[in-house]
Amino acid sequence: MSANGNSEAKTPPTKGNPSLLEARDITKAFGDLYANDHVSLSIMPGEIHALLGENGAGKSTLVKMMYGVLNPTSGQLFWEGEPVDIASPAHARALGIGMVFQHFSLFEALTVAENISLALPGDRSVADIASEVAEVSASYGLPLEPDRAVHTLSVGERQRIEIVRCLLQHPRLLVMDEPTSVLTPQEADKLFLTLERLSGEGVAILYISHRLEEVKRLCSAATILRMGKNVGDCDPRNETPASLARMMVGEEIEEIKASDRAIGPVRFQVENLTRKADDIFGVDLNDISLAVHSGQILGIAGIAGNGQDELFALLSGEQKAPKSALIEIDQQTVTGLDINERRNLGAAFVPEERMGHGAVPHLILSENTLLSTHAIGIHVSSGLVDRKKTGAYSTKVVERFDVRIPRPDPVAGNLSGGNLQKFMVGREISLNPGVLIVNQPTWGVDAGAAATIRQAIIDLASNGSAVIIISQDLDEIFEICDSVSVISDGTLSPPVPIDKTDYEGIGLLMGGMGKSETGKGGDSHAH
Amino acid sequence: METFIAILLTIVSASTPLLIAAMGELVVERSGVLNLGIEGMMIIGAACGFAGAVMSGSVFIGFLIGIIGGAILSYFFAILVLNFATNQVATGLALTLAGLGISGLIGKPFAGITIQREPIEFLSFVNDIPVVGPMLNGIDAIAYFGFALLLAVAWFLNRTRAGLILRAVGDNPVSAHTLGYNVLRVRLYAILFGGACAGLAGAYLSLYYTPFWAREMTAGRGWIALALVVFASWLPYRLLIGAYLFGAVTILQFHAQGAQINIPQQFMASLPYLATIIVLIAISAKQTGRAIHTPASLGRIFVPDR
Repeated sequence: MSANGNSEAKTPPTKGNPSLLEARDITKAFGDLYANDHVSLSIMPGEIHALLGENGAGKSTLVKMMYGVLNPTSGQLFWEGEPVDIASPAHARALGIGMVFQHFSLFEALTVAENISLALPGDRSVADIASEVAEVSASYGLPLEPDRAVHTLSVGERQRIEIVRCLLQHPRLLVMDEPTSVLTPQEADKLFLTLERLSGEGVAILYISHRLEEVKRLCSAATILRMGKNVGDCDPRNETPASLARMMVGEEIEEIKASDRAIGPVRFQVENLTRKADDIFGVDLNDISLAVHSGQILGIAGIAGNGQDELFALLSGEQKAPKSALIEIDQQTVTGLDINERRNLGAAFVPEERMGHGAVPHLILSENTLLSTHAIGIHVSSGLVDRKKTGAYSTKVVERFDVRIPRPDPVAGNLSGGNLQKFMVGREISLNPGVLIVNQPTWGVDAGAAATIRQAIIDLASNGSAVIIISQDLDEIFEICDSVSVISDGTLSPPVPIDKTDYEGIGLLMGGMGKSETGKGGDSHAH
Repeated sequence: METFIAILLTIVSASTPLLIAAMGELVVERSGVLNLGIEGMMIIGAACGFAGAVMSGSVFIGFLIGIIGGAILSYFFAILVLNFATNQVATGLALTLAGLGISGLIGKPFAGITIQREPIEFLSFVNDIPVVGPMLNGIDAIAYFGFALLLAVAWFLNRTRAGLILRAVGDNPVSAHTLGYNVLRVRLYAILFGGACAGLAGAYLSLYYTPFWAREMTAGRGWIALALVVFASWLPYRLLIGAYLFGAVTILQFHAQGAQINIPQQFMASLPYLATIIVLIAISAKQTGRAIHTPASLGRIFVPDR
């Protein structure tokens, strides 16, 4: 606009030296809902800046505007002190903004190089990019094979693609949305080294994470959002995870009260469970045995895609177990029984996938309670749904688990992910099951809601139930489990009492104890 | 020998419209859109093409008008499915019904007229080669165009950036949108290409294959083309095999009748469909589960947020 090179005087001064990216009074409204309400934030070159907040606090909305995926309703972004309207992701990339998404934005049917090429300007051949991918990925210690199709890769490798894809754009600002939620502790450590190196090279990093320990370790500044509003800035190095969580939630998070639980008889037992996967994308389960006692919480740790889903389907009875295996609930053989017959014996199950598997998005909550209670007949009389009972039951779950609902008895699809998760877990726990098996109890759930869910699980175990938790979140496993097994490539390690192991020990098992995650040597154990 | 060559040539003619229409649908489906309206776009192509040729006196112009007719009908489909996010299956079925109806209207004044089937002798020098010569020469220009189209589509999908973007959109429209690609525009172009191909295939029926106009003369070829795309598991080269297999079955059914082979004609007519069902079973019975070339977003509505 101005022919005059020195236009800085015209923009209002941004206190101190010029930031790389500044968001000033950004508001984004979706109808009546303000996802962002006058949010401001500024990031310096070379800074690792944390963006914190609960689910639905508006973090993803904010970074999507920085990346040109969404347009702000009002407010202004500044790039190196100059006002800028980021019109599209291509524009953002041209400025030097790279983004690693929480949910992978990869194309499964395409190769690594093709995936990366799609994010780069179109003037280079895929072959040319493939050679640069090999080079850059090796130099940053993020090994990748450019010609592999993405659907054959592990989650960790997929994330490397996202990161390498950004690095090839030579970004000056790297936005990372929950990058470590799918990594082993060792993989996360490697990632931190990469980030620190980039930061040393002057790249600014905007880091979104629920894991406050790693924020404290990595980041030198933090912006905290609550319900779409700025509620504070801080230096995470001077804070504790508890104080950070308090700022995010706005109130004290209840400490989880561990209980001294009496360990009773075995309530759930599996022996010699072996099953070939149905398709090439599945995982074969090899000779799995486990036993959970009354009052015990067994954690099953592991990186996603190592057989957790297959195991859950067999434990719950969604998938019929082979006759060679033995599964028992309270000493009663249930190997050949389906999920409803197992529920009738006092077991309850919470699958990982909320929408479509654990809940029907278009049905109201009280109808959703029927999904798991129709089998045991408590909400049905003479073949008809007893709406009074389903309504009362869903109200009870909503109250006890503090499920935030926009209006009484909404359709499940209207709940945010964290609230729906509370509802689903609550729906099962409120049945007081003798055996509870939960896949990813707090996946994508914020600190306050996670605490509620974990406390309820502990209380259930204290009352004599046996609980199995399949989780990728090691913090969670160490927080509430009595013992932990690790599933790796379809094999379950023997259980270890939780106080006899640590993150590193579990992390090594998750990586397959010397086997690399993809069955090829070379990338995982340089030390 | 002459009969043999004649049979081969009729197989080529029977296969060409299947190949071209299926090629269009393959591109549409690789972009993630399921257009069940091929039959409707083909019959519109047949009606428009025939009307255009009679009125202008040029078969070439007839073909062009057939292509345009098919593309226009597909454009309506695109507006509904992309801009109004209607259900693709229902919209595609409606497109077929609409096409059949409208084509009857367009074609009515032209019923009973026949046009001169123009011989296309552009390879006269090969006539001296035995067997192959008459074969090459007997094959019409549109059939050659079909082969060229096959090579072009395969090259486009696998070698060009635009093809890569199209595959990406079909695999994961949400990610493609997040990366800044205009998903709806890519799909619009794919749908228009599919409509143009179906229109050409239809015009080929009325201008070369029969050559006259009759109501519902596509006789289910649009549905075979649709099945062929699945048969080929979304790979262009397999489409060639499939189209010729199906074309051959169609022709052999006539010759079986002529040779008094005692197989009910209805059974022969149903063979292409039975073959499709068998291929579908074979695909899903393979331990690989889903075929990896199946576009992951096929038939799903995508509405960009902004």
